[in-house]
Parts: sequence; structure tokens; C-alpha cells
Amino acid sequence: MVAFWILAPVMVICALGILFTRKAVHCALLLAIVMVSLAVLYAVQDAPFLFAVQIIVYTGAILMLFLFVLMLVGVDASDSLVETIRGQRVIASLVGLAFALLLVLGVAQVGFSSVAGLDSANAEGNVPAIAKILFTRYVFAFEVTSALLITAALGAMVLAHRERLTPKLGQADAAAQRLRDFADHGKHLGPLPPPGTFARHNAVDTPALRPDGTPEPTSVPAVLTARGTVRTAPAYEVQRSSEELPDPATEPVGGSKDGV
Amino acid sequence: MPVTPFIVLSALLFSIGAVGVLVRRNAIVIFMCVELMLNASNLALVTFARVNGNLDGQIAAFFVMVVAAAEVVVGLAIIMTIFRTRRSASVDDASLLKY
Repeated sequence: MVAFWILAPVMVICALGILFTRKAVHCALLLAIVMVSLAVLYAVQDAPFLFAVQIIVYTGAILMLFLFVLMLVGVDASDSLVETIRGQRVIASLVGLAFALLLVLGVAQVGFSSVAGLDSANAEGNVPAIAKILFTRYVFAFEVTSALLITAALGAMVLAHRERLTPKLGQADAAAQRLRDFADHGKHLGPLPPPGTFARHNAVDTPALRPDGTPEPTSVPAVLTARGTVRTAPAYEVQRSSEELPDPATEPVGGSKDGV
Repeated sequence: MPVTPFIVLSALLFSIGAVGVLVRRNAIVIFMCVELMLNASNLALVTFARVNGNLDGQIAAFFVMVVAAAEVVVGLAIIMTIFRTRRSASVDDASLLKY
């Protein structure tokens, strides 16, 4: 029971975090915490087989699939906060709160007078006992599951497959396209400027500064811009160091003012 | 070991997942909330298996896991296809049938 009282608040807080976190990756990681905690609760409740399956299938396979898709969809796949249906969020929260209240009050009033416990059912071990039921009473459902899994695998392959409608671009095509862009609307022909030039950091998340001190947006990778982790260009630093430097108009280099 | 706290926790997680499905608009996050609801029901199944003293509830939870795995594979493939054509994972952008 100690495990329950430690894990239950963590699980509820993480589940609520899924509702309020904007970034989908953070949601996936919070969900991972909930699922691992659930696995521990299964182990507490005499279900060691489900403990292992929960960790392997849910946290191992399903969440990794979620993270893969998030990686493919892109890092900027965060929720927009604009409501398309007015008042939807407030109404949904109220309905959800009422639903939770109803459900919790309902199940809390059920009296479980006698808890049978799994000691007799698990007498020969949990996994052999589950195998015995699974391959006798539930064997048809188990067989049907295989059809479901094959259908799912085929469906995923069909859905993820993409026909190539345009010919593949080679290096020569890319070069020709670049020249055509330059000829049509004057797009810069050379490589993009490297990040961090004239900046305080030479990290990739610091934009390069133009000669007049303004940041150059094309010098940072677009992914970092989308993720919102670009540092502000320390233009004030340039300002300050230019003030610290001796002004060539009033103070010639070499100290020749009082020397002559 | 008492039963009611487990069931209450399961109910709480289920309602949080339901609110998430209603409130969030990123299709992937909605999917995660559906997974949360499935997990909450699994917790209830495992707890009731302990109440009844047989393993049928655990078998049911196992089948829920299998079906959830298949569902996630197909669902994420659909989300990928929608994202590829519409460049967006928001469920509000897939509104072509509305007009």
C-alpha cells in the first residue's frame, strides 16, 4: 500500500500535466511516468506478468512509437492556443470535472466486503496460471488477436507507403533549381551564413550579427527557430564593447595625442 | 490491501484522459490521452481480478494492451498521412468533410 500512496499522487500530477503541457514531447514523457507507475501498481496487485507486459509493450513499444512520430511530424508540433469553438475548453473542463466527481463518488460508495485475493489462483505462479487460462478458455480470442495484429501491420504499411509522384531530384537538378531561384527572385546563391559570427557565443543557437549589429535570422537552423530556443543576439554587447574601444576620431591609436 | 483507492485512482485517470481528448487539439496528444484512458481501465480490471480471486481480469487487461498496440500503429500511420498532406497535426485542420 506504501507504493500506492507514493505513486498515486505522482500519477495524477503527471496525468494533469498532460492536459496543461504545450509541447507534445513533454506529454509523451509525462505519459511514460504514468505508465511505469501503473506497471508498479500491477506488480503490487499480484500481476507480475502484466507488470512486464506493461513495461515492454506500453513504455517500450507504444511510447517509443509516439516519440518516433513526434520526431517525424516535427518539433514545432505544439498545440495552438486559439479556440476554434468558443468556450469549448471551459465547458469541456466543467463536464470532465462533473464526470470525475460522478465516477469517483460512485465507485467510492461500492463496498468491497470480501477481497478474495489471488493467492489460490497464483498458486503455481502467475505466468503458468495465465497461460493455462489463455490457451484453454480464451484460445479463440487469442487466435483472433493474431488476425488483428496482422491487419494492423498491413494497414500501417499501406498507410505509411508513399508513391513517388515526381522524379527524384539529383545533385545537378538541385544546382539548376538554385540558379533558377537566383535568376527569378534573386535568392542568395551561396551557402547560408554560419551562426555566431561576431556574437558572444559561437554556438549554433546564437544568430550571426550583420555589420550594423542586427541579428541575421538565416544564420540559425530553422529547427531551432521552430523550437523557440534561439538566443537573442547580444547586440547590446556590441554596443558596449564599441563604447569601450577607444574612439579613433578623438583618440588616435598609438597615443600620439600627448606624444607630439 | 484495500480496493477502493485503486478504483478511485483508475476513475481519476480515466476522467483526466477524457478531458484531455476534449480539450487538446494536437492529434498525437489526443491519442496519448486515449492511451491514458485505456491504461486506467486496465488498472480497474487488474484490481477487480484481485477482488474476484481469478485471473480473468488480468487476461482482459492483456487483451486491452494487445488491441491498444494495434490501434496505436494504425492511428499513428493515419496521423502521419494527414500530416504529410496537410502539414499539420491539429485535428481542427482536417475539416475538409465539413464544407
